[in-house]
Amino acid sequence: MDNTNVVDNQFLETKLNISAKRTETLFRILFMIMAALLILPVLIILTTLVVKGGSMLSWDFLFSDPVNGMTEGGIFPALLGTVWLVGVALIISVPVGVAAALYLSEYAPDNWFTRAINLAIINLAGVPSIVHALFGVGAFVIFFGFGTSILAASMTLAVMTLPVVIVATRESLQAVPQAFREACWNMGATRWQTIRRVILPNSVSGILTGVILEVSRTTGETAPIMFTGAAFFIPVLPESVFDQTMALSLHLFVVSTQVPHVPEALPYGVALVLIMMVLLMNSASIALRMHLRGKKKW
Amino acid sequence: MVTLVEDIANPESAEASSVKLQVRNLAIRYGSTTAISGINLEVRENEIFGIIGPANAGKTSFLKTLNRMNDFSSDMSVDGDIMFEGTNIRDVRNVYALRNRIGVVFPLPVGLPLTIYENVAFVPRLRGISEKAELDVIVERCLTRSALWDEVKDRLDSLGSLLSGGQQQRLTIARALSQEPELLMLDEFSIAVDPVTTMRIEDVLKELKQEMTIILVTNLVQQARRLADRTAFFLEGQCVEIGTTEDLFTGKVKDSRTTDYIEGRFG
Repeated sequence: MDNTNVVDNQFLETKLNISAKRTETLFRILFMIMAALLILPVLIILTTLVVKGGSMLSWDFLFSDPVNGMTEGGIFPALLGTVWLVGVALIISVPVGVAAALYLSEYAPDNWFTRAINLAIINLAGVPSIVHALFGVGAFVIFFGFGTSILAASMTLAVMTLPVVIVATRESLQAVPQAFREACWNMGATRWQTIRRVILPNSVSGILTGVILEVSRTTGETAPIMFTGAAFFIPVLPESVFDQTMALSLHLFVVSTQVPHVPEALPYGVALVLIMMVLLMNSASIALRMHLRGKKKW
Repeated sequence: MVTLVEDIANPESAEASSVKLQVRNLAIRYGSTTAISGINLEVRENEIFGIIGPANAGKTSFLKTLNRMNDFSSDMSVDGDIMFEGTNIRDVRNVYALRNRIGVVFPLPVGLPLTIYENVAFVPRLRGISEKAELDVIVERCLTRSALWDEVKDRLDSLGSLLSGGQQQRLTIARALSQEPELLMLDEFSIAVDPVTTMRIEDVLKELKQEMTIILVTNLVQQARRLADRTAFFLEGQCVEIGTTEDLFTGKVKDSRTTDYIEGRFG
């Protein structure tokens, strides 16, 4: 008993201590509430969509055509169109983006040219999507003569998402310690041999994570595709990249605002499918990142 | 620690051999800061050439220029001539071949994030050897010579980067040996290595000397004494003195700073 008293005496709280402790608690709780608020919009959006649109979900909804002026039926052409648009955009942006990131991370000297490229990437990421859309119309639809087509729309999406791929790839390349590169160079390996045998195998998961994030972002974009390749309504499915197509994001916009007499649950159903696709992609990217962390090699 | 007299320098054999590397008037600058200047020295075939000196003496910068790794540092400018077997390395077009003929071991061991096997097979693979049997032979030979084989022979497929510091350092030596180098440069290899492993590596180096030239940069004066045939003393970017290790350690020096450093009065 005596002993504990001695200890207590040594750590007697002064008034200053007490007030500091109170402030500490206050701020901790304040910050925590702010952080917790982030969950709210996600919860509200998800529950609203599930409650109001959950009843729409069925295989039939996913895999049949819209009928009666899009007030009934399914969303298959829009779903398929989104897959087309995102797929073609990836085929274009991933090779270009990864190559550009490899140059910037592994080859580029620190000079005005490199700085110009970096500046371009930052600015490209900051361009509003509606401006990308108009650029896409001018460049791909008119100048290159692709017309309003999947190709033109996907190229617009690719240009828009290039910064995402480049930045994600460059970061995962630069997470590989410099000492590995120097060890390889010292043995007479070229930069490419070093990249192929040591750098890429150790950054491929990070690159994939970036690509998946790009997919989830591309899936939801509306503005860049509405003038370049996505159509209000088309009765036939696209057969090549030169056809127009419907797309899920534009379809959501159309059924929510442009078409009269749509049953209330329909737009919520479309939105639910869209957000489920995005969430699926994001979960895949998180799973991949955790897998990557588990396989750390140094 | 007992040092056998036989292990110390053997000047007769060194004098008889030919010049492997000749450095004339070498100066290295980083921007406007001079790292080293006025270095003139020769490294002879099959000798262990020690370089001792305190931090910031320019030892590491010196090694970097010998295999043109300075090409990667745009802020590093090099003047003077480095002749590798009579060829000025500045004129070497195929710098990869030059680096391939020079093995380098760093202060902190760098096990590549590959398996132990692939670490050693890295250079042979770059040379186009893909036959498993042939690679097996090379891997076993190099790991044996670097005194690591017995410890890792049952787990060649585990990651080289996860070995202990001393093991990784022997792995990097095995990797350097897989280059079949004519010149092996070691930069303070024992910094992250326990004393027992250090002694094992030192024994390995004495063996390797029969087949290659070795430049040993060390801040352990006694290590130079144990291993080097001739030793250079670098101080503040200057080469103060070069002599047979025996001369340097028995006080036959031209500059009193050498003895001061060796006997631990500074540095």
